[in-house]
Amino acid sequence: MTPLNIALVGNPNCGKTALFNLLTGSRQKVANYAGATVERKEGWFTTPAGRSVRLLDLPGAYSLNATSPDEAVTRDVCAGTYRGETAPDLLVCVADATNLRLHLRFVLEMRSLGRPVVLALNMIDAAQRNGMEIDLPRLQAELGMPVVPTVGIRRNGARDLLARLDGVPPPVPLPVPPGTDLHAMVRQILADCVTHATPLSDRMEERLDRWVLHPVWGPVILLVLLFLMFQAVFAWAQPLMDGIDAGMGLLGEQVGRLMPDGVLRSLIVDGVIAGAGSVVTFLPQILILFAWILALEESGYLPRAAFLLDRLMSIAGLSGRSFIPLLSSFACAVPGIMATRTIQNPRDRLVTILVAPLMTCSARLPIYTLLIGAFIPHRNVAGFMNLQGLVLFGLYALGIVSALVVARIMRWRNPDRREATLLMELPAYRLPNPRDLALGLWERARIFLMRVGTTIVSLTVLLWGLSSFPKPPAGAVGPAIDWSLAGRIGHLMLPVFAPLGFNWQICVALIPGLAAREVAVGALATVYSLGSGADTDQAALQLGGMLPTHWSLATALSLLAWYVYAPQCVATLAVIRRETGSWRVVALTAAYLFALAYAAAFLTYHIARMF
Amino acid sequence: MRLNDLPRGTDAVIDSVDDNGSPDPVAARLRELGFVPGEAVRIVATAPLGGDPLAVRIGFTRFALRRTEAQRVRVHVAKAAA
Repeated sequence: MTPLNIALVGNPNCGKTALFNLLTGSRQKVANYAGATVERKEGWFTTPAGRSVRLLDLPGAYSLNATSPDEAVTRDVCAGTYRGETAPDLLVCVADATNLRLHLRFVLEMRSLGRPVVLALNMIDAAQRNGMEIDLPRLQAELGMPVVPTVGIRRNGARDLLARLDGVPPPVPLPVPPGTDLHAMVRQILADCVTHATPLSDRMEERLDRWVLHPVWGPVILLVLLFLMFQAVFAWAQPLMDGIDAGMGLLGEQVGRLMPDGVLRSLIVDGVIAGAGSVVTFLPQILILFAWILALEESGYLPRAAFLLDRLMSIAGLSGRSFIPLLSSFACAVPGIMATRTIQNPRDRLVTILVAPLMTCSARLPIYTLLIGAFIPHRNVAGFMNLQGLVLFGLYALGIVSALVVARIMRWRNPDRREATLLMELPAYRLPNPRDLALGLWERARIFLMRVGTTIVSLTVLLWGLSSFPKPPAGAVGPAIDWSLAGRIGHLMLPVFAPLGFNWQICVALIPGLAAREVAVGALATVYSLGSGADTDQAALQLGGMLPTHWSLATALSLLAWYVYAPQCVATLAVIRRETGSWRVVALTAAYLFALAYAAAFLTYHIARMF
Repeated sequence: MRLNDLPRGTDAVIDSVDDNGSPDPVAARLRELGFVPGEAVRIVATAPLGGDPLAVRIGFTRFALRRTEAQRVRVHVAKAAA
């Protein structure tokens, strides 16, 4: 029997994704719709009667009269006109039982599609707790479609829906006569079918929002949350990262012992394990960051943060919506750029993508830590601040300020006569559901590891090849890398980078650093013949001790300034290409970042030399 | 009175949503979201740094609107509940 094709539709914040997760568990596949950068989530499950179902989780929409690419996908898939998508056999329309005034209008719109519709009255438990009574048989009669109560966040919460899927297929509802005032119809239905329609939880929203959206306390709460988040990302992740690092080192050692000395061993140990390992090390940081972002998102806080920051972002020509992608970019620009999909205005989205690489991602940290530790004295400033910490903070601030300035300039270069809009729902506060968090995190981890597994490993292998061949002639002195292609390229690059105070060793390290910024630490270690780059920590420790004898302070500061801007991440450029579908944007990003990096490093080097 | 002139915390009722040019997708979307004549509306918060955007409560839903968006909505202050 062919599987039943069902599409889940509903307003944003109706609990649709929780219901999707409840029905499909981990049997999900996330991809893009053909020809659009809209996320396509599909899952599979079997009904109690043994019917197999293919479930599509359509993007949330307020109306079939689409105003964003997401809504257009929902409209076209529901209508069965989206190319490459099977027309759904059944629409399951999800509505939040505590917010029927808004959600039922869309349900009525669904009737015009000429497809069978079942209404899932979600979060029915919350509605009942609030003292709402819903006359289900009457609601069913007035809406002209079957209605089943569901609770997306509870086991068995979809039991009635599953039973309905096993029952007689519902008929196609009669369309609402054209020209009907849908809002008036919703009001009438609510008056007929729902008693005590004012949810009590509304008062809780009111009380929380009094603090969260307060002009003074709101920003204070936001700052505290962000501080805790960064604390978690950078302090709590450390033991886990050390563990992974040690594990990778051990793996490299074990594999190295099992294999005979030679090119293949070098490839596996120095290329694949060291390269992928140095990136996998960041997984704990990225997961903690995403756990925070997902929890803030699920709880309903993030749109409120966007509300608080809208004015600030509008100075840069962006809207509050850009806050979330830029925040994610502090972990890694790749998921940050992917998160720009929630920005409806295409120009705002493009500008956000262009400036996302300026947010200090976690891959820059090993370099910052190495250079600051080696060159900036550990001493107190103004009694309580640490100079090293202050410099690190300054590098973060430089990235943020630069992003705002660049966004402003791009806005000015490319003015948009259309009105800048915000119009964003501030959803009800909700306790994040552990299952939805876990599934969301799993998805992020998978995407990140896939990226490590493909782009980065292949690039590290390529760069390993460049750095290993040709071998130095017998009896040669100096590090082997000096004789390799990478070494030669480094020397060729020197005239370009000498004005920045870079020596040829730095130029050589910049090449493998293209794959992922943090690889540059291992590469520097290799250039300065400190053994293999497998154990980054160990290498960094020794490197830190000897760098001041090789470099001037001006060179170190120049390299720090370089790393604030440099487009040293192939994965970021690859994701920009995927999200915008344009090589022009990729070239533009790389060019402007390179120009900024060069200018910043040049200025830093020459100013620092004057002191 | 327009929604962007409504003081914070004052209950009001919507009279109309005006189009600003035609077609006006913002006005159309506001109507779809429930900004329709007769609906009760209140400003629950204004953002820091100049009080833009506004957090508006309509029905059981809250929306963040910039003042230019709120300007399309005509309201009158509701009489105190009897």
